[in-house]
Amino acid sequence: MNRFAELLDRLVLTPSRNGKLTLLTDYFRSVEDPDRGLALAAITGDLNIAAVKPAMLRALVVERMDPVLFGYSYDYVGDLAETVSLVWPQPQGHIPNQVPTLAEVVGKLQAASRSDGPKVLARLLDDASISARFAIIKLVTGGLRIGVSARLAKQALADLGKVDVAEIEELWHGLTPPYTELFAWLEGRAEKPKSAALALFRPVMLSNAVDDGDLEKLDPADYAAEWKWDGIRVQAVCEGSVRRLYSRTGDDVSGAFPDLAAAMTFEAALDGELLVGDPREATGTFSDLQQRLNRKSVSPKIQQQYPAFMRCYDALQINGEDLRTLPFAERRKHLEAFVKTLDPSRFDLSPLVAFRDWETLERLRQAPPHPIIEGVMLKRWDSPYLAGRPKGPWFKWKRDPHTIDAVLMYAQRGHGKRSSFYSDYTFGVWSGPEGSEELVPVGKAYFGFTDEELREIDKYVRENTIERFGPVRSVRADRRNGLVLEVAFEGLNRSTRHKSGVAMRFPRISRLRWDKPAAEADRIETLQALLD
Amino acid sequence: MRASDLLKSRPEGLYCPPGDFFIDPVRPVERALITHGHSDHARSGHRSVLATQETLDIMGLRYGEDFAGTTQAAALGETLDINGVAVTFHPAGHVLGSAQICVEHKGMRIVASGDYKRQKDATCLPFEPIRCDVFITEATFGLPVFRHPPDHEEIARVLKSAAQFPERSHLIGAYALGKAQRVMRLLRDAGYDRPIYIHGALAKLSEYYQSQGIDLGVLEPATVETGSKADFAGAIVVGPPSAFADRWARRFPDPISCFASGWMRIRQRAKQGGVELPLIISDHADWDELIITIKETGAEEIWVTHGREEALVRWCELEGIAARPLHLVGYEDEGD
Repeated sequence: MNRFAELLDRLVLTPSRNGKLTLLTDYFRSVEDPDRGLALAAITGDLNIAAVKPAMLRALVVERMDPVLFGYSYDYVGDLAETVSLVWPQPQGHIPNQVPTLAEVVGKLQAASRSDGPKVLARLLDDASISARFAIIKLVTGGLRIGVSARLAKQALADLGKVDVAEIEELWHGLTPPYTELFAWLEGRAEKPKSAALALFRPVMLSNAVDDGDLEKLDPADYAAEWKWDGIRVQAVCEGSVRRLYSRTGDDVSGAFPDLAAAMTFEAALDGELLVGDPREATGTFSDLQQRLNRKSVSPKIQQQYPAFMRCYDALQINGEDLRTLPFAERRKHLEAFVKTLDPSRFDLSPLVAFRDWETLERLRQAPPHPIIEGVMLKRWDSPYLAGRPKGPWFKWKRDPHTIDAVLMYAQRGHGKRSSFYSDYTFGVWSGPEGSEELVPVGKAYFGFTDEELREIDKYVRENTIERFGPVRSVRADRRNGLVLEVAFEGLNRSTRHKSGVAMRFPRISRLRWDKPAAEADRIETLQALLD
Repeated sequence: MRASDLLKSRPEGLYCPPGDFFIDPVRPVERALITHGHSDHARSGHRSVLATQETLDIMGLRYGEDFAGTTQAAALGETLDINGVAVTFHPAGHVLGSAQICVEHKGMRIVASGDYKRQKDATCLPFEPIRCDVFITEATFGLPVFRHPPDHEEIARVLKSAAQFPERSHLIGAYALGKAQRVMRLLRDAGYDRPIYIHGALAKLSEYYQSQGIDLGVLEPATVETGSKADFAGAIVVGPPSAFADRWARRFPDPISCFASGWMRIRQRAKQGGVELPLIISDHADWDELIITIKETGAEEIWVTHGREEALVRWCELEGIAARPLHLVGYEDEGD
């Protein structure tokens, strides 16, 4: 356990990719099974442990120490997991016999029932050192957040075994923790594990955003353009009797889309976007798509109202033939022919967008024919299908974000390095008849500003507080007084949870409008016009 | 006699009216008693200074021989009479020469501990708890989150990292007086026998430590003249933290920045400072040491100075010990 804890401590503070890889490969080389495999699963997010809520963690600790002292401590540190790991009082006279292994810790956590989970956790914390406590809390609160992607962990494995990372990606979804057969192969003690399972996930190819000046260096003739659909990237794989619909990270999402999965009666691996509607008639908006997301079960009514379909844009394999090494132009021909043979209510082809030069494409990008299009994709005609995010072959060129001018209403203290600043802002726009306008909150943003701007807003909040509720301050905001924030966002959904009836996607502060009078901020009607 | 008549806070520092002297004054005064050589406690320009010989030597090295009108060395454990007030210096375990100052008058005994720690430190004498009526404690790390691990474990992490990244150099930031020498000594105790490269700001004080019988092994100046960048591959370099942002630091190959300080307990602190390998090595008492020391002094009243007074005062309240913050100006609460 202590070696895992030490690894986490180092990874959090190591900025360079190479440094992280060295730490990871050294760990995998020096730690035995099954601990190293469990650590790997924890990093890649494949470790299944029932989550513990922060409130429960807090309750456990204040049973054991003065709540006032805990409060001072949490205020100072700003991170709950870290605070608890530091202040957790070791029971009087309690000396653990030996440090538990990661496998023992994981075993106990996995075996714990919902009701005795807190007790099991408390006992583990009693036995652990400070950094081990931090690691345990990270395991049970979900999400290590140590700046290591699953991809980087797999690269470390590739370095360990001196193999290509694509080989590991291919195998990955047929393997389960603690990956002993994988390590045996990487250390040359066993054959490569057979991808015995059918319909495995193929690592997807990702694109880079177009940066200033990128396009000038590229020849439009080298690239195909497609619309960029704002749905969910999926991979539909059918081999033999096995059909799987994967998310872009390789999670099996077939269960959430039984209607689409039922139509997957082919032998192929296709890459595309999941959308709702009937592709022959109309494509649904993002709000429609939302009806199908994050649901535990999908009722027949919802399936009927919002049928899922796949808009295909690449073919990785067709009838047993791996197409990934072919150039995009070739794969596209295979794909066009193949999609014609599929159920037209569930599969269609993402059309190519013809363009002569970048200016033409820019005009098309600015005025897309459907609200669920968020830009264009550029794909080099001669590019093979490569796992990961290689620079050059694929670009995404997104539509510029929407912006509105809103008024700052509430500010909340941040956490971590911003724990002493008011850094989370709720903002509103005007609503109601002329003469009796009121601000209605429409969203919350906590980034997009510089450190310098943060200090300025923080000062403004402190000087213009009218009420305080715990960590939240209500800021003076009326027709004559108030700070106008230009907020950028990617899109807008209807919301029944918010009083304003709208919810923003990915809002962030794009500019501070110190110059703009509060009364001139936007009205709710401006936002409502963006819906649909 | 009331404790507040024996010692009280004044803008110049902690003042003893019957003895007419100050302890660690921050402005020039007639008579100063000084606990240790850190610059926020030991300033130059006083008419007369009473401190341990080591503290006087250190002040001489830092400010030049004429740092005070007259000086007098205080022997540890020996009681002196200053205008009828009995004054005794006792070791504080903070840095070489550091002392607590016990002041006694008409049956009232107050111990001003200055900065102190309880962890073992081969570069100075260990802290001795002194029974007293009022104990004045620092609270630099006065929060239950501050728990310093054993220092040898921290040093082991540097050595492990040096083995893991042999092509890079390890830059350890450590305050020039006390921490730097303690880190070097810990490296030696852990069996590290290669030369340690030091920044120029550490040279005089390290030499002084060596002259006092504290063996730091072979120290080499970390200057480019002594060799090329490649010569520092795998090297351990010690310097003041301020030098790391400087051009000085650019001479080392892909350095791993380490910082030896009690503040390194908090990840965000390390992250903000761009520290890759935080070493939790402190010359101040951590939370557990503070509360055990308060208990051991048997003091009925605790005055809490520089640092996070509120938490320690709260703890005393819960324990039924009278406590109050003692507001002294001019001490840097971050000097670890």
